[in-house]
Amino acid sequence: MYQDFDQKHIPSELIRIEGVSKSFSGVQALREVSFSIAPGQVHGLVGENGSGKSTLIKILAGVLSPDRGALFFDGQPFRSVSPKRAIRKGIQVIYQDFSLFPNLSVAENIALVSEVARGAWRVDRRRVRELATRGVRLLGVELDLDALVENLPIFQWQLVAIARALVQQARLIIMDEPTTALTRIEVDSLLKVIRSLRDSDIAVLFVSHKLNEVCNVADRLSVLRNGSVVANLDSKPFDPLGVAELMTGRPPGGRTVRDRPDDRRVLLSVSNLARQGAYSDVSFDLQEGEVLGITGLLGSGQTELAMGLSGLLPAETGRIELDGKDAVIDGIQSALDLGIAYVPEDRLREGLFPKHSVLENLLAASVERSCGFLSFIDFQKFKGIATAWVERLSIKTSSLDLPVETLSGGNQQRVVLAKWLSTEPRVLVLNNPTAGVDVGSKTEIHGILQQLAEQGCGIIIVSDDLPELLENCDSIRVMSKSRLSERLTAEATGEDQLYRMLIGEVH
Amino acid sequence: MALLNWRKELPLFGAVLGLILILGVGNAAFFSLDNLADLLRNSIVIGIMALGVMVVMASGGIDVSFTAIAIFSAYATTRLLLETGGGESIVLAFVSAAFLGSILGLINALFIAWLRLPTLIVTLGTLSLFRGAMLTFLGSEYITALPNSMVAFSRWDLVTGLTSGGSTYRVPVAFLALPLTAVLVSLLLNRTYWGRGIYAIGGDRESAERAGFATAGLQTFIYCFVGALSALAGMIHVTLGRIANPFDLVGMELNVIAAVVLGGARLTGGYGSVTGTLLGVALIVMINNSLILLGVPSFWQRVVVGLLILIGAGTTVVRGRALRGVRT
Repeated sequence: MYQDFDQKHIPSELIRIEGVSKSFSGVQALREVSFSIAPGQVHGLVGENGSGKSTLIKILAGVLSPDRGALFFDGQPFRSVSPKRAIRKGIQVIYQDFSLFPNLSVAENIALVSEVARGAWRVDRRRVRELATRGVRLLGVELDLDALVENLPIFQWQLVAIARALVQQARLIIMDEPTTALTRIEVDSLLKVIRSLRDSDIAVLFVSHKLNEVCNVADRLSVLRNGSVVANLDSKPFDPLGVAELMTGRPPGGRTVRDRPDDRRVLLSVSNLARQGAYSDVSFDLQEGEVLGITGLLGSGQTELAMGLSGLLPAETGRIELDGKDAVIDGIQSALDLGIAYVPEDRLREGLFPKHSVLENLLAASVERSCGFLSFIDFQKFKGIATAWVERLSIKTSSLDLPVETLSGGNQQRVVLAKWLSTEPRVLVLNNPTAGVDVGSKTEIHGILQQLAEQGCGIIIVSDDLPELLENCDSIRVMSKSRLSERLTAEATGEDQLYRMLIGEVH
Repeated sequence: MALLNWRKELPLFGAVLGLILILGVGNAAFFSLDNLADLLRNSIVIGIMALGVMVVMASGGIDVSFTAIAIFSAYATTRLLLETGGGESIVLAFVSAAFLGSILGLINALFIAWLRLPTLIVTLGTLSLFRGAMLTFLGSEYITALPNSMVAFSRWDLVTGLTSGGSTYRVPVAFLALPLTAVLVSLLLNRTYWGRGIYAIGGDRESAERAGFATAGLQTFIYCFVGALSALAGMIHVTLGRIANPFDLVGMELNVIAAVVLGGARLTGGYGSVTGTLLGVALIVMINNSLILLGVPSFWQRVVVGLLILIGAGTTVVRGRALRGVRT
């Protein structure tokens, strides 16, 4: 359409937000927010959880209307925005939870929204098929169009959601934490897709807490803190450390160094652990106060291994020793009795009772321990225990009685942590502990883990966030095809080397 | 897609065939024309209601007030026609009943779609409310002298004849309402975006809203639609029975819901099909009407229905788990 100049053409403006404010029951979520997004540009939006990113997204999508301020689309005021009108204008949101219909087929999930936006009332199956095929082709992936979405692995939900946005005449695609569920290879192909969108003059608002990815892919960057835009950065390169400081308002923490004597007692020793179709021939030692990182490509068996150690997918053969004594883990209860606690990856589905209160969630795992089987529950005592945890992990909540789902991601994860820490575990197994958690909370969660390790707790972190592992772990092992690699020390291993091992270039 | 659905309903289809075989082998009278005609007649009311309930369940809700709506609308319409002397047109009778039913459905919708109250609580409340209002304000006597048009309609047969044993069998024209409703509901659910929207709400209400569906409007439509279908079923019940008994129908909710659940709908919403529902209705109707042919005491029918629900719902869940692998 336009010539390819050295400098990208001076962008006109696709959407402009001017002085937008929004508050919920007295809490100011957005304060005088202004910025504009240009066509054919990737606009990064970063901010900690609770900084107002989600509110801003919902306003752009027409789900919420601002208390004050205005939206302009193509230079025209864009009033009384509804989801339908926003979609007609070409604004597409890919929500963090994907907003898919698990009970419908992949094809229908891709085609449904654009057909509804078009005002169609009759289902044209051929058209649905064509749209879905086109979406999948635009994305450059293969998907079974007839499969029900609920039967797909979570990372394919992301692909379906993007394909759905692509088939609509999208002019602005808003991606809310798009890489949370993806492995590195998938992230790479997502970034490639985003660059190709830019080439077809589509604007992308890339909302993420993973600063490396944002700084890498964005052409422009807006930083939100406490509901206000604290910086609009207009040109590359962006420095992730500088952005982190803008975001949190404090200098970022570096690698967590911790004094650790070299030879401590072996706490957990595992040999030849195996379970058909999940993991095989797994052997390792975990010392007291050691932080062990386990990583691998999606489906390599690392999640299954974590679930194995915590009794969710018990091993069929092999040996486990705790404190030098033979231990049997055949279920969650036996793992808990041994002092092995598991913090699952999907906190809302597996780790919390989302609609129940913070108090109930905090104490869910340790009720029996605190009051004994078959005795009455002493709520006063519980409130005391819960308050102590809220303070210790600095969980931000105005009341213990709030449903836990109303907390931000970082605070939810702290509740999950506190819930398991209250069982006083000897070994803590965590699966992607900081997925979907903002930078500030991430640093604090890492701090909590280090503190635990110092107190002698053995920690196993399963994660695909390589910098996280390198920052926090004493040793790292890579899992591939259900087997575990040799032990690597974190100090002696670089991210590149680890990444190459991960994708199987080095053994 | 059609193929996929078909495969999903195969076990249920097998169960229906199996039950037919058992019943037929156990007592040859099962295959007699008058028994078959009986089964068809008995499936009309429960079938139409089940199709309505299936739509509600596909949208993630549950309706237990539909029996009260059915008898309220039918009883009120009958009295209205008798008192105004407008009993000459059967079309008018059915239309006014359906209108009344959809108004009662609208009351459900007000609480569910606009106040966003839980559907079970609302419809439990209105079940009692509608029934109580009918008995208090419309009366509680049986009406045996139905308007002429309704009597004429009940005598209008689709198929009739004499069995070899000399008894008459008949399938009334009213039976056609069942296949017609089935086709209508199927077209609505599968061929229109209103229908897809119903499944979408059942799958994930917030996503449906984000996708641009007017969820409150759709829910309003759903409960009015179910109200209208229930009213039709109620009218057919009154007409074929030639008596407007205000104490009828209420109490058969669980039978209808059982048929729908057996047909593959889930209480959590998002699932349910016309074929499945009709097969579920076939199972329930045969159990309720024909188990007696095998000499099974009638109390045992309840046990069988309960077992079937457990087995039916159990297999759906277990198969779903197997499909998704270990992670559930």
